[in-house]
This record gives sequence, C-alpha cells and structure tokens, in this order.
Amino acid sequence: MSILVHKDTRVMVQGITGSAGGFHAKQMLAYGTKVVAGSTPGRGGETFEGSVPVFNSVKQAVKETGADTSCIFVPPPGAADAILEAFDAGITLVVCITEGIPVMDMLKVRKVLDSQDPASPKRFRLIGPNCPGIITPGTGEGSKGGCKIGIMPGHIHKAGNIGVVSKSGTLTYEAVGQLTALGIGQSTCIGIGGDPVAGLDFVDVLGMFEQDPDTHGVIMIGEIGGGAEERGAAFIKAHMKKPVAAFIAGTTAPEGKRMGHAGAIIAGGKGTAAEKIKALEAAGAKVAPTPSDMASTLKKMMS
Amino acid sequence: MKIHEYQGKQLFAKYGVPIPKGYAAFTVDEAEQKAKQLASETGSPVVVVKAQIHAGGRGKGGGVKVAKGGATEARALAEKILGMQLVTHQTGPAGQKVRRLYIEQGLDMVRELYLGAVIDRDQRRIAFMASTEGGMEIEKVAAESPEKIVTVHVDPIVGLSAYQSRELAYALGLEKHGKATVGHFVKLMAGLYDLFVKEDCSLCEINPLVVLKTGEVVALDAKLNFDDNAEFRHPEWDNLRDEDEEDPVELEAKKAGLNYVSLDGNVGCLVNGAGLAMATMDIIKHVGGKSGVTPANFLDVGGGATQEQVTKAFKMILRSPKVKAIFVNIFGGIMKCDVVATGVVAAAKELGLSVPLVVRLEGTNVELGRKILNDSGLKIQAATTMADGAQKIVAAVGGAK
Repeated sequence: MSILVHKDTRVMVQGITGSAGGFHAKQMLAYGTKVVAGSTPGRGGETFEGSVPVFNSVKQAVKETGADTSCIFVPPPGAADAILEAFDAGITLVVCITEGIPVMDMLKVRKVLDSQDPASPKRFRLIGPNCPGIITPGTGEGSKGGCKIGIMPGHIHKAGNIGVVSKSGTLTYEAVGQLTALGIGQSTCIGIGGDPVAGLDFVDVLGMFEQDPDTHGVIMIGEIGGGAEERGAAFIKAHMKKPVAAFIAGTTAPEGKRMGHAGAIIAGGKGTAAEKIKALEAAGAKVAPTPSDMASTLKKMMS
Repeated sequence: MKIHEYQGKQLFAKYGVPIPKGYAAFTVDEAEQKAKQLASETGSPVVVVKAQIHAGGRGKGGGVKVAKGGATEARALAEKILGMQLVTHQTGPAGQKVRRLYIEQGLDMVRELYLGAVIDRDQRRIAFMASTEGGMEIEKVAAESPEKIVTVHVDPIVGLSAYQSRELAYALGLEKHGKATVGHFVKLMAGLYDLFVKEDCSLCEINPLVVLKTGEVVALDAKLNFDDNAEFRHPEWDNLRDEDEEDPVELEAKKAGLNYVSLDGNVGCLVNGAGLAMATMDIIKHVGGKSGVTPANFLDVGGGATQEQVTKAFKMILRSPKVKAIFVNIFGGIMKCDVVATGVVAAAKELGLSVPLVVRLEGTNVELGRKILNDSGLKIQAATTMADGAQKIVAAVGGAK
C-alpha cells in the first residue's frame, strides 16, 4: 500500500497561519489529505479555511484532534524548536519543509532522535528539513484521495507500486513525471532533503520500501556531498531484493562549491558523484546514465 | 561564509584561544607603523607580514614573509605583497589580489601541529582533528597517512569534555613540552569549542598550532568558515564580510536571492531546484561534452521565484560573453510555468536574444507557459523532455560555431 503515510493519516500543520504554511495547507486539503489541526503560538482559537482549528501549541492540537503527523513551515529561527515541540507532544512523524535551519540546531535535534529506542514502533521520525515532503498518491483524479504532506504538485502522481526517495525536490518531480508518463504508479515518494544533518536517511527509507509488500521497485536519487548514498548502497547490497534504479546529480559539479543545497558540496575530494555511482553499481543498483532515464532504467530492470 | 585570518584571530582572542600579537594593515604606511609598534611592545624586531586573502596556501604562494630587521624591512615586504596577485592552489591560475595585510609578532616555536574542527555530517557531530603534521595540507595527510590524524567527536548536548581534549593532547605528545602544556591545550580547546558553537562555524582550522619554548600553545593561523544558514542570528557578520573576495556574479545572484555558480562551459542554464539544476548541467555534458558543449553555470532560481527574479537570472546569463546558447529547464511545482515564461520573455525582449534559446517546461500551468512562449514572437525552441532539450541545445551550439 504505502509507507509512513496513508489516506487516514491525521496531519497538523505547524506555522499554518504563515503565507507558505497557509498556501500549502490549502493545497493539501484540496488533495484530500486529512489536515485536522494547525498551530501558531498566539493564534490559538482561530479557524483555518473555516474548518481547521488552530492551537497555540502542538500538545493542545494533539490532545484535541488526535493528530499523529505534523508538517512544519516555521521559518528557520524557530524551526528546530518546532521539531522538538512536535517530538515532545507525541507526534510520531514530522515532515519539515523549512529551508535554512542552522546545522548547530540540527545537531541537537538529531541527538534527540538518536536517543530513542530504534526498535520502538512508536518512535519519532523526521523527514527533512529542506525537503518537498512525502506523498502516497490516491486513486482519484490527479491522484487525489491519497495523502500529500508537503509542497509537491499532487497532480503529476499516480497510485501504484514504485517507491521514490530523493534528496532533491524538483528531481523527484522529474522522476515521478517520467514514471507516470510510462503509466507506472508510485506507492510513496519521499524527499529526504539536501541538508548536511537531517532526519530519515536513504538507508531508513530503503528499508521501509523493502518491507512494504506493495512497493515492487525503487528509484533513489542522490547528489554530491556526504556519505548517505554510499550507506544506501551498502544497505542495498546487504538487504534489498527489490530492484533499485538510481541517479546521482552533480557529475559536473566543481569541487568546493556549494550547489544550492547546504549539503551538496564536494569537500577535500570527498563526496563526488563518481564515488557514489561506483558504490551503487557495485551494490547491484542500476544508475541511470542521464536524469531523463530514471524511470526507463527501472522499467528495464523490472521487465 | 569565509573570513580573513586577522578577523578569525580577533574571535580567538575573544574566546581565550592564545594568538601572537598582531595588527591588520591596509596600506604600506600602516604596515610600517604597526611593525614599529609591535617591536616596541614585544621587545623584538622580528615581525611577519601576512597577505590576507580567503584562500589557503598563502605561504607557498609568497604571501607570508618574515622581516627580521624591524619596521623598515617590514615596509619593503608590505610594498611587495600589498596589491600583488597571489596565486595559491586554492585561488585558481588568476590568483587573488591582496588588499589587506596582517602584521604579526615573530615567535620562537619548537613544534608545529595541526588542529581542526568540522561538522562530521555522517556522525552528526562536531569532530576535532589533531595531527603532528602541522603546516601540511590536512587532506594530504588524511590520504597518505591517516593514522597521523586523531579525532574526537563531541556530543552536542553534553559539549566538549576535558578528557577528550587530553586524549588529543597526549596523542600529540604535548606532555613532553613541560608540565603545563597539556593544561594549556585543554584550555585552548575549551575556548575553541565554545567559539565553534556560539559563532555557528562550519569549519575552524589552526594550521599550524605551535608549541613555544616556554611550553605554551599558540594559534599561528586561523581559518574560520561560518554556516550561512545561521546568518539571521549574526548581524555582526556584515562587518566581517569582504566582498572583494567573492565572485562578483555570484555575489550579485546572492543579493537577488538566486543560487549561482560560475563554470567554464558555453551553455547558460536557468533551472528551478538545486538537484534539477545539477542534473541539467550533467545531461548537457553527457550529450555535448565530446563536441565541446558544456554548462556555463549552475543556476537555481528556487522553488518560489518571482517573474522579476527569473528576468534577473536570465539577464545575468545573457551578459556572459562565453554563453553560446541558453537552456531553460523548469519542472513547475510551486513555481508556475507561466511565471517563468513571462520572466524569460520580458528579459529576452528587453536585452534582445542574441543566442539560441531552448526551453523545456513541465508541471504546474505548463500549457499556459508554452502559450506565452509561442505567442511571444521570439525564436524559442521548445523541448519536450530533458534529453530532448539537451540534444537541441548541443545542436544549437554546434550550429552556431
């Protein structure tokens, strides 16, 4: 069926009264996502779009509405605090869209995440920050009726059996667009974000896709910088039976230059696309030769 | 964001990290006067004249010289260094013009060490690295003799513990320099960690960290990088920024809220999203690399760019003489295709379109966007996919030769 989110997931939006939060909360509602609450300190008691109650705190929102998942649009100065607030309130999945959170703040958040019992089914998970979010497409027109948490265009998706995990927003759309054009649907698509320190890693998401009976194949999209793609490759080699097609952006990126994402940088000769492609190929994944071939590469592996 | 050595050392002093006495100088006269002042303060005529540029490798490039004979000699050195194009392994062949100097006291050192702190993104912690190979490039040491680098990782909630600093101190053999040296190092480390966290550093390097005859440890160099994401809580960074050190086009882009990186090729790229922008560069080189068609820039206009930003981005690309064609690649999510199309048309009409333009639009409001381009009367080649666009752009540059 899907991983992490489905049509009955009860979603709240932190920062729902802001311009980005409000705009995308509306889009999510229109898609069919069950947006049950919002929170903005000082705006408790208001109602968003005539139906969604706004609370002063996440704790109140959870208590009153039973929200279990939160989408964060809080600006960078307060974003790490918003993640910790959700964690403390018992939210089990946070999708943080905010771009520009200082690394120093994320180190603390990450430490809190890592202090949990990794075997606990109720543990708190973070997607992002600096990501497009997560979507499980529905079967309605323009894939409506599923669960869209984030800023991706819902209408390009189609319900089906391919999982997509990516560090880049627009490249995820590109992969989804290619899949849908070939008539291939998606189980769940997750953008894990391009920050150097973040929540779910390729390894975590690949593991969930491998366990999900309704995901039959995976597209993994990485980029230069860090070692997440190499860890993903090691996981594919050791644990995955399902086919994985991959693409790594930044073959032509120069060393020492940050390519848009805070984490997309080749430093001291480490984190090059060539290293990552080599690791993935050696692990049995097929790396698409160009970004235009992501879906067709997976299709070939599955036929 | 990068800052100069002398600015880094001012921060060191603030956090109790020992540094030699020194003063910044912006003119030759000032350099001479500061050298004179230093000599009288320290009782020694030996001063070091150091070029202040952001790139590393200044010593090897001839940007750091010792004046043993006091202020007159320092003046002569300053005349040579100030204004020179300093070429190092990090500046590229054109080098960087030296506009500032640092005049520093000369010290009697017995050992040169390396000490650095970075964000280790795989461990999700701050890592301190120390090595006995001071003065060497740490990347080289890491590649050739990794056993010479000792690393400790700091728990972000607990902070740096003294035992971790001692671990590094004993690995460096600091106990050999006298009873107090390990203690001096532990104190320096505490200051450095405090600085790293409070000033939102992404990198802090002391190369070399020196041990004096007296057994004291002193930071002879200071390389600090800041995490750009933390700019909102550091208004003081405005005073530390040196725009002379930045690529003027990249600076202009940043002010317009665009992500731009200059490259060597001939195809200008305008893309939304960092990943797609990199992938666009990759596919151009994949298709055209053999025939000499490669990207001229990385440009991400972002997820929510306005029509004005698109126009600005397009103008920046058009201005570069090396650009022989332009590839616009947009997958509209939040960003609507009609907004991009309107921005592109406005810029092209204003500046005149002197090079071939290939546009690939997909996603939100794609039909409207395509109609705006078609109705514009401009000579625009529409592409259906990234691959189609890449082939068209390569053909266009090939034909324009």
